[in-house]
Amino acid sequence: MVSYFPVLVFAALAVGIAVAMLVGPWLLATFKRDKVKTSAYECGFEAFDTARRTFDVRFYLVAILFIVFDLEVAFLFPWAMALEQFGWVGFVSMMVFLGVLTIGFVYEWKKGALEWE
Amino acid sequence: MLDLLTLYATNLITWDNTLTLAWIVLTCLLVAVPVLLGMAYTTWFERKVLGWMHLRHGPMYVGWFGLLQPIADAVKLFFKEPFVPEGSNKLMFMLAPAMVFVPSLLAWAVIPVDKGWVVADVNLGVMYLLAVSSLSVYGILMAGWASNSKYPFLGAVRSGAQMVSYEVSLGLIILSVVLLAGSMNLSAIVEAQQGMWFAIPAFPAFVMFLVSILAETNRHPFDLPEAEAELVAGYNVEYSSMYFGMFFLGEYIAMITMSAFTAILFLGGWLPPVSVVPLTWVPGVVWFALKVVAILFFMVWARGTLPRYRYDQLMRLGWKIFLPLSLVWLVATAFYVKMYGNMVWGG
Repeated sequence: MVSYFPVLVFAALAVGIAVAMLVGPWLLATFKRDKVKTSAYECGFEAFDTARRTFDVRFYLVAILFIVFDLEVAFLFPWAMALEQFGWVGFVSMMVFLGVLTIGFVYEWKKGALEWE
Repeated sequence: MLDLLTLYATNLITWDNTLTLAWIVLTCLLVAVPVLLGMAYTTWFERKVLGWMHLRHGPMYVGWFGLLQPIADAVKLFFKEPFVPEGSNKLMFMLAPAMVFVPSLLAWAVIPVDKGWVVADVNLGVMYLLAVSSLSVYGILMAGWASNSKYPFLGAVRSGAQMVSYEVSLGLIILSVVLLAGSMNLSAIVEAQQGMWFAIPAFPAFVMFLVSILAETNRHPFDLPEAEAELVAGYNVEYSSMYFGMFFLGEYIAMITMSAFTAILFLGGWLPPVSVVPLTWVPGVVWFALKVVAILFFMVWARGTLPRYRYDQLMRLGWKIFLPLSLVWLVATAFYVKMYGNMVWGG
């Protein structure tokens, strides 16, 4: 874990810069408050209703697909590192895993989860 | 308890430890300052190159050849009034820019700019980069949701879906490079390319990676989240002042980070194109910087010449073309590595 200590220092530095940039304008800028200025932007109209409403379910589907495939990538990383030491059994078992995932992917595709029309 | 803590602290603060800490802080500054300056001049570079592509000059007035323009822009942003929309979640609204900016800078903690020139030479460099660079999605979603306004919300949802879509194929391509090099340490990946850059044997992966980084950083032709014609500016439309500037900073640092990542994975990082005498005299940092600039030029070039994609086309390209192709490429690479071993020459 010692090799990660510089990352911590770097993070502290990055947060410091970010805080400076967040605070800076409050100290330097001139303020003129205005009701219209702080209202939600909607092409010159008063906002008709709240912006927090339902959105397309396909975004949700994409998020779920992402979790599945990103987990798969995370599983593959250690396997990729040790592939040379593995025998063919290690290789083939990962291929089976990928095959199962591919079947799931084909199912998604045929079901139309990837259509955006 | 307090005594124990003070004892522990006094033992920890020795001359040696202080020196080490000072050295680490110095290396951090040596990386962070050039990255921030580089980001500022990337905006200048982009405006200049775009200008020349349109047969005009780009910024010319501030400083010689417009060279002080980015500095002037930054100063101006600091003196602009930051305002927070009435219906918004104030705290989240103000923290979102930092959530975009901090991870994008943090990625540079593991990027080696020359042999041994790296803040933290960690073994899981590739994993760290992937993890940290995907954190900025949270900032964008926070910004879109906290604004409580329709355009930012739509922009944030689109942006989130787009970034995660391309991250999958990006991860699979990176994995194929890890297979070739047999290591997740970024320095080791560069060293593995002494005989040949991975861009040559893994050319299809290289091309897919280049296109994917455009989508991952929300760049043209995939800049749907910010499409002016339909979403005005996307998730950052309610932001002003340096708060807006931080989104801008985050986006441009992400561009540089992804360029550096490409240079390390496929173009041999700090290595010269061939190891012959006049080329090896040039310091590695210069080669690295040249490669990063070349990829940045590619990104600007794409913006100058290509029309914007539609959202359904973008999703189709990510899920139906890049994902299967990169999966097939990964399996092919794994088979090759299993048969002939890692592709490591020289070194």
